[in-house]
Amino acid sequence: MTPLALQKPRKPTMNLLKTRELGILLALALLVLYTTINNPRFLSGQSIRDNLLNTAILAVMATGQAIVVITRNIDLSVGSVLGISAWTAATMMSDHQGLPMIVAILVGLAVGAVAGLLNGVLVRYGKVPALVVTLGTLYIYRGITYQWAGGSQVNADKLPAHFLNFANDSLLGIPWLVLIALLVVGGATLVMRNYRVGRELYAMGSSPQAAELAGIKVARNLLGAFVLSGALAGLAGVLFAARFGTVDASAGTGYELNVVAAVVVGGVAVFGGSGTVWGAGLGALLLTVISSALAVLDINQFWQQAIVGALIILAICADRLVAVRIARSLRKRDAHV
Amino acid sequence: MFKKLASWDSIIILLTVLVLIVASVVVDNFGTSRNFTFMVLDLMPIILVALPMTFIIITGEIDLSVASVLGLTSSLMGWLWNHDMAIQTIIPLCIVIGAVAGALNGFLITGLGLPSLAVTIGTLALYRGLAFVVLGDSAVADFPFNFTGWVTGTLGDGSIPNVLIPIIAMAVVFGVILHATPVGRALYAIGANAQAAHFSGIRVARTKLWLYVVSGAVSGLVGVLWTLRYSSARADNGAGLELAVVAAVLLGGVSIFGGKGSLPGVLAGVVLLTALQNALRLEDVSGQALNIVTGALLVLSVLLPNIVTTVRGNWQRRRLRQSAAQ
Amino acid sequence: MLRHRLAVTISAASILTLAVAGCGGTTKKNSSDTGGGAQTAASANPNAQLKTGLKIAYLPKQLNNPYSDVETSGGEAAVKELQGEYKKVGPNDASASSQVSYINTLIQQQQDVIVIAANDPNAVCPSLNQARSAKIKIVTFDSDASKACRDIFINQATTEGIGESLAKMALEQAGADGGQIAVLSATPNATNQNSWIAVMKTELAKPEYSKLKLVKVAYGNDDDQKSFQEAQGLMQSYPNLKVIVAPTTVGIAAAARYIGSSSYKGKVAVTGLGLPNQMRQYVKDGTVKKFALWNPADIGYLAAYAGAALASGQITGAQGDKFTAGKLGAYTVGANGEVVLGPPTEFTADNIDKFNF
Repeated sequence: MTPLALQKPRKPTMNLLKTRELGILLALALLVLYTTINNPRFLSGQSIRDNLLNTAILAVMATGQAIVVITRNIDLSVGSVLGISAWTAATMMSDHQGLPMIVAILVGLAVGAVAGLLNGVLVRYGKVPALVVTLGTLYIYRGITYQWAGGSQVNADKLPAHFLNFANDSLLGIPWLVLIALLVVGGATLVMRNYRVGRELYAMGSSPQAAELAGIKVARNLLGAFVLSGALAGLAGVLFAARFGTVDASAGTGYELNVVAAVVVGGVAVFGGSGTVWGAGLGALLLTVISSALAVLDINQFWQQAIVGALIILAICADRLVAVRIARSLRKRDAHV
Repeated sequence: MFKKLASWDSIIILLTVLVLIVASVVVDNFGTSRNFTFMVLDLMPIILVALPMTFIIITGEIDLSVASVLGLTSSLMGWLWNHDMAIQTIIPLCIVIGAVAGALNGFLITGLGLPSLAVTIGTLALYRGLAFVVLGDSAVADFPFNFTGWVTGTLGDGSIPNVLIPIIAMAVVFGVILHATPVGRALYAIGANAQAAHFSGIRVARTKLWLYVVSGAVSGLVGVLWTLRYSSARADNGAGLELAVVAAVLLGGVSIFGGKGSLPGVLAGVVLLTALQNALRLEDVSGQALNIVTGALLVLSVLLPNIVTTVRGNWQRRRLRQSAAQ
Repeated sequence: MLRHRLAVTISAASILTLAVAGCGGTTKKNSSDTGGGAQTAASANPNAQLKTGLKIAYLPKQLNNPYSDVETSGGEAAVKELQGEYKKVGPNDASASSQVSYINTLIQQQQDVIVIAANDPNAVCPSLNQARSAKIKIVTFDSDASKACRDIFINQATTEGIGESLAKMALEQAGADGGQIAVLSATPNATNQNSWIAVMKTELAKPEYSKLKLVKVAYGNDDDQKSFQEAQGLMQSYPNLKVIVAPTTVGIAAAARYIGSSSYKGKVAVTGLGLPNQMRQYVKDGTVKKFALWNPADIGYLAAYAGAALASGQITGAQGDKFTAGKLGAYTVGANGEVVLGPPTEFTADNIDKFNF
């Protein structure tokens, strides 16, 4: 059933060496090595913890985005969804101090899912391109948050302690935020690789018409992808509120760029059909480590954005190169048959 | 006639005229000559960048890096001015730098065959980042008054802002090229079917490359005008403008898939957005509410024509079926 | 071939540009005009009555900033006392250009006074001068615009007073042995932060501060998350840091939150300028011992009275002009059209519960 099953299993080590993800891991290792040589504290427990905590929120959002991009769509509204969910969670928790954390998480997921559903419905049934829909809802969701919040702000002192502690507490030494991110990235990777629905999403991205003709439930899967992306952005909003403690209507403004960057750097092709979720997670980690390495190396912080931009371009050039090479080798094999 | 009425760009033009009339009557101080000057200044950056953006989207591509090119040229303008270069040199140089930035986009897209969405998201971050590298977070403000004053000033003592002249001139040039020359028809052909266009002898890659160069150059020019208008060269100038421009172009009836759209529609789209914003602000409606209006208009501009097409298609099919049954 | 021609075109254009450069032109050195505003040379009438029904509009740096909310709430109270019409408008982001459209709107609405905290001292100038030629009085607060385009600047405290107080609090909290201190500021071009840091540096050069070593000035851009990460970066680069001084309400809250939730809690002191409501939690849990601020509501309050005095012709903004600001008492306009609010208040665990802003 799955395209993978059709391929003959090759040596797994060779496969690993060829993957795009290895390149990111390598870049990551070099960066950490260089930074640590310059400042050994970069590998201290506190520093590793900080980096992982900073990655967690981005990685959760990158997971949803990766799945949407794999289906040859895009979700630019994630930053605004994060904002509306963070605001919802923060006001709810400050009004009802006794609510357990799990309620905040569920509400965040629900708010995000509704926002994602609207995106999905407009894309699928309104036949409006995802870029246009989510650009529109980027404005709309942010506008709603501003209308609702006005100029007000929820501060750390108005939030219940257990909500704020969630961002710092850990299970077996691993912070909750990081655990959640690992769970999300790992779970999605598994589903995308080994389950039918995952392979269907890849098929939809490779060729939407063919997928439809092959009897794949394109509508259901597409809505599912957008709902998931929205829900994860909603989850990220709750985590954002817990971690930063100060929430206003502008929370998460401009995040969509970072999320798309993480996904593209992580090797997910913008034309859909290829890339992995854990690659996107690695992309998020790389971007986060770069920004904290710049601070530690005392490099002018203004270089950060330029470096991210150059990385994105480098990543798509690399993808293009790989794609050209694969196409050539496929043609060669065909010629031999 | 019926078809003409139903096309989105004529609807948007009508809507724009309607909004202008209603706002002049209902909103205090909207119809004054001074407000007209303010509005022209507010729409200047969007309308100028929207001209090449229309061309690019009509060919089925996109350029999200325009606002970052604007920021980069603004930064460079400040840096060069601080390094004692003459403003008469800086201005053309900034336009050339904008063109070079656009050429890099064009090369990556047409030369390497990379998707324009991804490339220009990358250069969006890259050019904005470079803008910060050049000028950091500081601002340069002491540009000569005869330049800054010209941009904010009006013709004679009247109420026609000076910048309206280049706006109209450029809109006319772009409009004529798009709607009355082979180049314009080639753009539509590329957007409708790039392969077919290629086989019919249109140099697709080369045309697209030039579009990005022009887009970069215009963004560079707008960077200069923006800097002079606010007499402040800063790296964050124009941040987020790309979304407003794309929204205005799509609102004006240009299809994101390429091949469809008109310049009058786009101009109306820009004016509509700016006028709404201006009127709502005069009525003390918060800028936030406007976000919702912009987003909704953007989605509706594509959604409504789709619904109309679907409904009309169903209706025609039913009629066909009925006549077949008879 | 095609690329070739493009390269040729672009280099030709560059050469042309550079050729123009040779011909000279207007450069920074030989241009000296500033295009200052049309100043109406009216004379002050100290006995003029304060007018009622004045339309006074507040334009803070951005809307969703709790600090400026407190400032403008003071303004609202004062405008009520003056029986005027209060209004607050503003952009969602603190970018330089976004305020200009709002100034234009206020001109159209024919306000009597615009009270503005400038995001960029120069970008707002042309519009403010247009407002002044439309007989609108301009009062700046919080962050000044260029002197040429406003009537009065409400200074929260003298620059010297704040800089000295920051240095003094750092010394107290570094302990007897002194050590490394760092500053977590707003943006690198924030007018007031920079002048305070400058004073602080002069203070630190004095012998009584010899045990303190300022190792870095970091910038959190008045963005909560960015400030949080900068605090994190500071601790990684300078693990022996004794004090983080944050002369901005956003920075101090973010730094306190990071230190309070990290292993550095108790080892590193956080001080600076903060809002009692935002800092209460950290003062109570011991992360922060002492910080300072003026009462921001009083700034907005004073600005309204200054604006009303200007619009009523009581003062013109010249040095030596005197006016009365309701409950705050009498004020005198200083050099450069500045009115100083007064000395800052220091907050500790003992007195913080008395303040609610």
